[in-house]
Amino acid sequence: MAFLTDRKRAEYRGSSRHGTEHLWGQTISAVGLAILVPLFILTFGSILGSTYEEAIAYYQRPFPAIIAGMTITVAMIHFRHGIQVVIEDYTRGLTKKFLIIACTCIAYAIAATGLFALARIAL
Amino acid sequence: MVEFALPKNSKITVGKTWPKPEGATNIRKFQIYRWNPDDGKNPSVDTYFLDMDKCGPMVLDALIKIKNEIDPTLTFRRSCREGICGSCAMNVDGINTLACIYGLDEIKGDVKIYPLPHMPVVKDLIPDLTHFYAQHASIMPWLETKTNRPAKEWRQSIEDRKKLDGLYECVMCASCSTSCPSYWWNGDRYLGPAALLHAYRWIIDSRDEATGERLDSLEDPFKLYRCHTIMNCAKTCPKGLNPAKAIADIKKMLVERNI
Repeated sequence: MAFLTDRKRAEYRGSSRHGTEHLWGQTISAVGLAILVPLFILTFGSILGSTYEEAIAYYQRPFPAIIAGMTITVAMIHFRHGIQVVIEDYTRGLTKKFLIIACTCIAYAIAATGLFALARIAL
Repeated sequence: MVEFALPKNSKITVGKTWPKPEGATNIRKFQIYRWNPDDGKNPSVDTYFLDMDKCGPMVLDALIKIKNEIDPTLTFRRSCREGICGSCAMNVDGINTLACIYGLDEIKGDVKIYPLPHMPVVKDLIPDLTHFYAQHASIMPWLETKTNRPAKEWRQSIEDRKKLDGLYECVMCASCSTSCPSYWWNGDRYLGPAALLHAYRWIIDSRDEATGERLDSLEDPFKLYRCHTIMNCAKTCPKGLNPAKAIADIKKMLVERNI
């Protein structure tokens, strides 16, 4: 129990002078996803049930490949920033730091895997 | 981790049931949270019965009647009895509100009264609002000016004065902040809807000259951005104010300042 004044507790360590770029980034990526996700569902849905060769040939075309690549990238950026807020809401201390690092790594790994797969199909 | 269960010493037990008033035909049941820091016991819910033919129309009338006629140990804050002082904020029938302006006829069935949620309790229905008031003080709730004091008064146009409507009416009852899940989980760092509404009241005041400093001090992932637009604050405010809109307007000002 520290002998802190009420005002000292309320002020904590002052303002970190950031957070607005996080809000704006999430707004931009949300708008991006609102456009990309329907396009991704349309393109991905059109090849559902087709053969392996047909699917490979389809994703060698620029439009579906670019849509898929952008959706994966923007979705993972959005996920990475969104999950950080959830973790900050419900966890504390070392657990919080560990979970933020883990989720960041998972998000980037998923994005890298998706982009690598698309590049491999295209090339 | 956030605790989703109450600590052992906060688990609520069944308390005393007081006798029904004799000869009364219009009886209503009141279940009221009780906790005394001096007896070392867990909190309990006591049951009271009131003759509604001899009771005023508001929840506060019932509480005063219980205190005067049944159980003088029942403890609660009250002062103005007309929704101006904000003292009698409590959780009535699951809603944070002012007991003095909440009608008993608005409640169906038994009347359940608890202190404001997720705050330390001083006794019975009295929450400890020390941190809440300190957070309010931290947003500098006063006019900050740099220009020399004018000979007469700081002038304000009618249009600019109108911008303060819906903000200045806040009575700091803490109903909004204590209804906010973000404030429950992170009340140590998140300023909460009430303090942020007051912050916006001074940011938007045309006479205030510390807008930049005020916005600087709020730009923080916890102080401001812990608001997730849950809107409980606007739903529960007994004065009909909308703290969520004030918070959204602060965020908008910060975005516009940055891009």
